[in-house]
Amino acid sequence: MHDHALAEQSDALRLRSLDDLNRLRKQILDKRDPDQPEIVVCHGTGCLANGSADVSAAIRSALDTSGIEAKVVPGIKTTGCQGFCSHGPLVVIRPRGIFYQKVKPKDAKEIIEKTIVQGDVVKRLLYKNPTDGEKILHEQDIPFYKRQTRVVLHNIGKIDPTDISDTIASGGYQALAKALTTMTPEQVVQEIETSGLRGRGGAGFPTGRKWRSALTAIEKKGRPVYVVVNGDEGDPGAFMDRTIMEGDPHAVLEGLILGAYALGANQGYLYVRAEYPLAIKHLTIAMEQARACGLLGDNILNSGFSFDARINRGAGAFVCGESTALFTSIEGNPGNPRPKYVRSVEEGLWGRPTVLNNVETWANIPLIVNKGGDWYAKIGVPHSTGTKVFSLVGKVNNVGLVEVPMGVPLSTIVEDIGGGVPGGAPFKAVQTGGPSGGCIPYELKDTPVDFDSLTKAGSMMGSGAMIVMDNRDCVVDVGRYFLRFLEEESCGKCMPCRLGLSRMREILDNFSEGKGSEKDIEDLLSLSKAIQDSALCALGSSAPNPVLTTLKYFKDEYLAHVTRQKCPAGVCKNLITYSIDPELCTGCTSCAKQCPVGCIEGEKKKTHAIDTGLCIRCGICMDTCKFNAVNVI
Amino acid sequence: MSDNALYIDEMMDQYPAKPESLIVILQEIQNKYGFISGDAMRLASEHVHVPLTQAYAVATFYQSFRLDPVGEHEIKVCLGTACHLKGGQRLVEDLERRLHVESGGTTEDMRFTLNTVNCVGACALAPVVSVDNQYHPNATAKKMEKVLKSLTDPSLEEMEGTGNA
Repeated sequence: MHDHALAEQSDALRLRSLDDLNRLRKQILDKRDPDQPEIVVCHGTGCLANGSADVSAAIRSALDTSGIEAKVVPGIKTTGCQGFCSHGPLVVIRPRGIFYQKVKPKDAKEIIEKTIVQGDVVKRLLYKNPTDGEKILHEQDIPFYKRQTRVVLHNIGKIDPTDISDTIASGGYQALAKALTTMTPEQVVQEIETSGLRGRGGAGFPTGRKWRSALTAIEKKGRPVYVVVNGDEGDPGAFMDRTIMEGDPHAVLEGLILGAYALGANQGYLYVRAEYPLAIKHLTIAMEQARACGLLGDNILNSGFSFDARINRGAGAFVCGESTALFTSIEGNPGNPRPKYVRSVEEGLWGRPTVLNNVETWANIPLIVNKGGDWYAKIGVPHSTGTKVFSLVGKVNNVGLVEVPMGVPLSTIVEDIGGGVPGGAPFKAVQTGGPSGGCIPYELKDTPVDFDSLTKAGSMMGSGAMIVMDNRDCVVDVGRYFLRFLEEESCGKCMPCRLGLSRMREILDNFSEGKGSEKDIEDLLSLSKAIQDSALCALGSSAPNPVLTTLKYFKDEYLAHVTRQKCPAGVCKNLITYSIDPELCTGCTSCAKQCPVGCIEGEKKKTHAIDTGLCIRCGICMDTCKFNAVNVI
Repeated sequence: MSDNALYIDEMMDQYPAKPESLIVILQEIQNKYGFISGDAMRLASEHVHVPLTQAYAVATFYQSFRLDPVGEHEIKVCLGTACHLKGGQRLVEDLERRLHVESGGTTEDMRFTLNTVNCVGACALAPVVSVDNQYHPNATAKKMEKVLKSLTDPSLEEMEGTGNA
């Protein structure tokens, strides 16, 4: 295409006012027939990994060969993560809202013939409620969705994240247009202050206060000033930011542009971890489309305000989620954090005033500007307003993404929405806040989930990962896991972190081998205190939390390792023995075939036995056995 | 000028000749060749005007950069918290035994590189192993054995339930 043709085309797309945006929105909506069926296939990372791309392709080809009359041909849409990951691939038929789960490509033809053509339901694909065995027809009636309040996630699962017209139709960029045409930057800041929004990255610093202090710093230092999205999400077990970037990239972008308008920034950065290729792809597409529509770049909506942003890919360093490390990384250096004598809002990127907020925080901004800070402040509890998205994983039936108002009891999330632990036993503990957080035991299941209550329980909100553990998970092992993770991820610049974490991990290693003494527990406590007090950045100062909380709530389990050389959960290799239950063993031989050291003997169809002297406790026999015949003692 | 140097030169021209382009340039080089050779790193450091030592400091700080050639197939075992609880570490040990290579290494025949990663954000499917960027959800030692076999002998059917990462 010639340059002038390209210019003309992008000129035609360019929106010049709020009216333009509304006209475009109306045009898009007018073209749609609300009664026309739409087949929505989840293309979140979870469902894709389960083969949902093959499902959507199969549905497409089944449609092509179905011979349906042109006027009732349904549309097919692929969306971001719909949250109910453990039941993917998910397919929803709108407008009826029929919810199909665990769909395979071979089901495509039947879905078209039965549901689209005849209006019937394919019963075997419906979700079965585990409590009463009833099959549930509609998405909104499934307990997992029913008890959630989807505010930040409202678009995800409904819009195609790669098509800006879908975003515009659902009200995207209305907040931006409203702010640019009817609000001063000061008014935008005021709305955020009124909302009470606290940063969703974990520390929970009030966003409005952060923006206000940036304005003060700008007055002192002058411009330029930068706005930055923290999309590093290095927290193992957390994937809400990934989901938002993949499923509703325009929400993040719109929030960022609003922040830039409020603070007078002309340049922004999105720091996204390289492990999230789909998020990077969708954000890139969103930025191109927004630029073509005049919503990003020069003279946005003809308001005179210009702002552009670019993506920086992270390179696999957990510490780069920390603000000062993130800035040095964007500048092209090793991501070493610095002491925060001077805050980032005063001296951030290239020594300039910088506002860094996490993905979920930015995605909240358009909602607040649209509906008002007062509306937002009414959701949640007084000092933790709004909703929070959690990734619920581990030993829980309904693994996935959950959005609830702040302050709901932990049990609502884990038991009512998550469906509890498989097998029905109470959960042992819920680890929240990732490596910086702690474990909350079952006895505290009524703890309200908000910033302050979690901190009071010795844990923290973190980015919102919730890892549910049952009685087969060992607290010493979990403590070792986080310490090893942080030891590897520490930048090594300060001694408390570099040496302290290694020493703590060594002590726990000893425990897991049945060595150590009660005195070591005292050492762990004093080391933890020293690291908390003296580490350079939050990676180090929060690192002892998982160990401290498990010591507080599960001291008996530590003592069992130290004094009785037992791992009650049956995890620590040196303290366990595998055996085969003769009652349950069918002699299928599959464990013997998989055993890497050949320590399992037995004839076909006869009970097998493990030679514990040879066994290396790799656990493959237990993973392989279909009859639960392998036990740990 | 070699083909590699030509590619790198042309690629680098898309990025400003400033230190802040270093990481993205190294990422592009690695995407293309699977690792960053000494020559490639020298070209990158010259382009962005930083000393070679600094480029080396950056490349060794970040876990995702590799300075050695990778094998034909790259296996990454996720060790996020959910994957750890569901046996991710056992999978690493099993693959180490099967491939006769330690995590982080490449087999002598340059067929496989085995690595661990800290959470790919697909925790619902734990444990997850990615092979050549295809996720294998709910991985077990037995499933991985089949995957390895299908890579060694492509005539075997590809495992079901895999998708693009």
